[in-house]
Amino acid sequence: MRKKAYRPDVDVPEWKGRYVPYDIIKEGTIALVVVAILTVALAVVFSSPDEKAITIKTWSNADPIDFAKTAVSELDGTSGVAHYGAPYNHGGPAQGLGFLSPEKWVGVRIAINTATDFVLNPLEAQPTQPALHAALTQWASASSTTQSSWTSAYASADAKMTFTGDHVNVPTHAAGPVPVLINDLTMMARSGALDQALVTQNGFYTTNYTKPLLFLSDGTYLAGLANKQHLGGDQWGMMNETGSWPGQAWLWLYTFWYQVSPYNSSKSGDFMVFGTMMVLTALLVAVPFIPGLRSVPRRIKIYRLIWREHYRESED
Amino acid sequence: MSTDIDRQWTSRLRRSVVAKLPPDKLLPDTQPAYVASWIYVFGVTTMAALGVVIATGCILALDGPQWWHSSSLGHFVNSLHLWSVEIFFFAMVIHLWGKFAMAAWRGGRSLTWVTGAITFMVSILTAFTGYVSQTNFDSQWIATQAKDGINSTGGGAFFNVLNLGQMLMWHIVLLPIGAVLLTVLHVVMVRVKGVVPPIVETVELSA
Amino acid sequence: MAQGWGLGALINLNHYGHYLQWHVFSISVANLLVIIVMIATFVAALVAPFPGRRNRKGPQ
Ligand code: HEM
Repeated sequence: MRKKAYRPDVDVPEWKGRYVPYDIIKEGTIALVVVAILTVALAVVFSSPDEKAITIKTWSNADPIDFAKTAVSELDGTSGVAHYGAPYNHGGPAQGLGFLSPEKWVGVRIAINTATDFVLNPLEAQPTQPALHAALTQWASASSTTQSSWTSAYASADAKMTFTGDHVNVPTHAAGPVPVLINDLTMMARSGALDQALVTQNGFYTTNYTKPLLFLSDGTYLAGLANKQHLGGDQWGMMNETGSWPGQAWLWLYTFWYQVSPYNSSKSGDFMVFGTMMVLTALLVAVPFIPGLRSVPRRIKIYRLIWREHYRESED
Repeated sequence: MSTDIDRQWTSRLRRSVVAKLPPDKLLPDTQPAYVASWIYVFGVTTMAALGVVIATGCILALDGPQWWHSSSLGHFVNSLHLWSVEIFFFAMVIHLWGKFAMAAWRGGRSLTWVTGAITFMVSILTAFTGYVSQTNFDSQWIATQAKDGINSTGGGAFFNVLNLGQMLMWHIVLLPIGAVLLTVLHVVMVRVKGVVPPIVETVELSA
Repeated sequence: MAQGWGLGALINLNHYGHYLQWHVFSISVANLLVIIVMIATFVAALVAPFPGRRNRKGPQ
């Protein structure tokens, strides 16, 4: 007779069979020794990756034009960060789905004004140089319409930008102080002083690299290096590592969504991937409570293999 | 007859702990006969790997977050830390597959599964904060990429992956404490309930 | 590339990785090996005889 309330994916009959000696402390000790030896062996054989951090100095020396163009976009507010939106500024739309937009609800919390934080403040921190000082004053006293006429004159000519003899050249005469600002910022970057200025905005001690990292992320240099290493978001980069080391293989599913539609084409792709993963994570956590899902192990019958001795004995 | 001593919070706590987890349940010297498969060693292996991860992380901490870039000993310790993490996840995933295959949540063990799954998530977050605390190219790239995902949830305003100090604190203090506490809870629940018996399709009411 | 890969890597992994590509799927050889070894270990753990399961005595 079948006991009515018994659910094989939820209940277990009480064990009335044999108990056998089993030394869990010995098992744990052996496991620890094995893992320790394996760790040392893998470390000796394979070492570990350590690709040196890039700096704004390395970037602007390796590719001064990319740097200078990025600096213009920070000044005129067309860069990725300037258009980011929350939590950095009001420059762009927040991600979301329908009325769900936590990014918008949270608002601007880490305020970044790319023109002042990335360009003007660092330049102002430079020792007084008459030309730079005049350019900064000219910029500060101009109306925002004048400022944008300067930057658009500069930006429309910057396809022809050249870098010669330690000078950024752009063929335009309608750009007001912008050529001086961009040239001086580039020189400052190439000397390493911009790296310092961006972090010391937080004071003497700092452990916060938000500003230099955001600035770096606006150029194409960092992404170019990363793409060579297969680290790009559209290259399953989240699970990859620099060099030939294994990476965070456990992120395979998270990074998978970024490769397929609609996630890889939506403006709210990040939010949708996150939402999808939260739902799947909730499913994993809740497996014991989900009818159907919790019967899968009974259906795939791997358990018959694991407990084969038991079933052989009990079915004899 | 209940005495003052019996009613003490202290003695009540002791009684209930001892009732739930008597010493021979906490450290049993036998297991039911069905506990006879290599799949059972992966929980313990995960625990062992967690121990090695923490020990190597502690050595890395001794000389500060940038030591390993300039010292070959430091780099070696970093390698130990990285590879123990790989072993940790390796063992944990096999453990998860195994427990799933055994439907090891049966018989009032659902919370054991739930704490295990949450530990998995916390471990992923711990590893992630470690990757962004490396102070090298990898961490620069991972942080600038990951910020978009986290910002889209609104979380980026409070959990700023570009803030090295914040990430390092989470990586070496808050998350490891969380992972260890969850692991202790998980393993204590296993000991309280005992190892799950084999799947039985139907139960005869006779005999 | 990386700064001093230091104490004794016997096998140098400090070069661009190899990647396998199939439709939208892309995986580094290193990650693929880790996953294959993981699956192999799982299967081995299922099928390998567990020691100490001495000659089965009759049911108690
Ligand atoms: C830090 C990570 C983890 C550690 C250290 C750990 C450790 C352990 C240990 C030592 C055991 C008992 C021995 C064994 O059966 O293997 C166990 C049992 C168990 N684990 Fe985990 N575990 C972890 C993660 C997980 C995960 C991710 C899951 C599943 C989502 C999980 C589910 C279970 C279940 C259901 C049991 C009970 C098994 C039974 O009663 O037979 N654990 N765990």
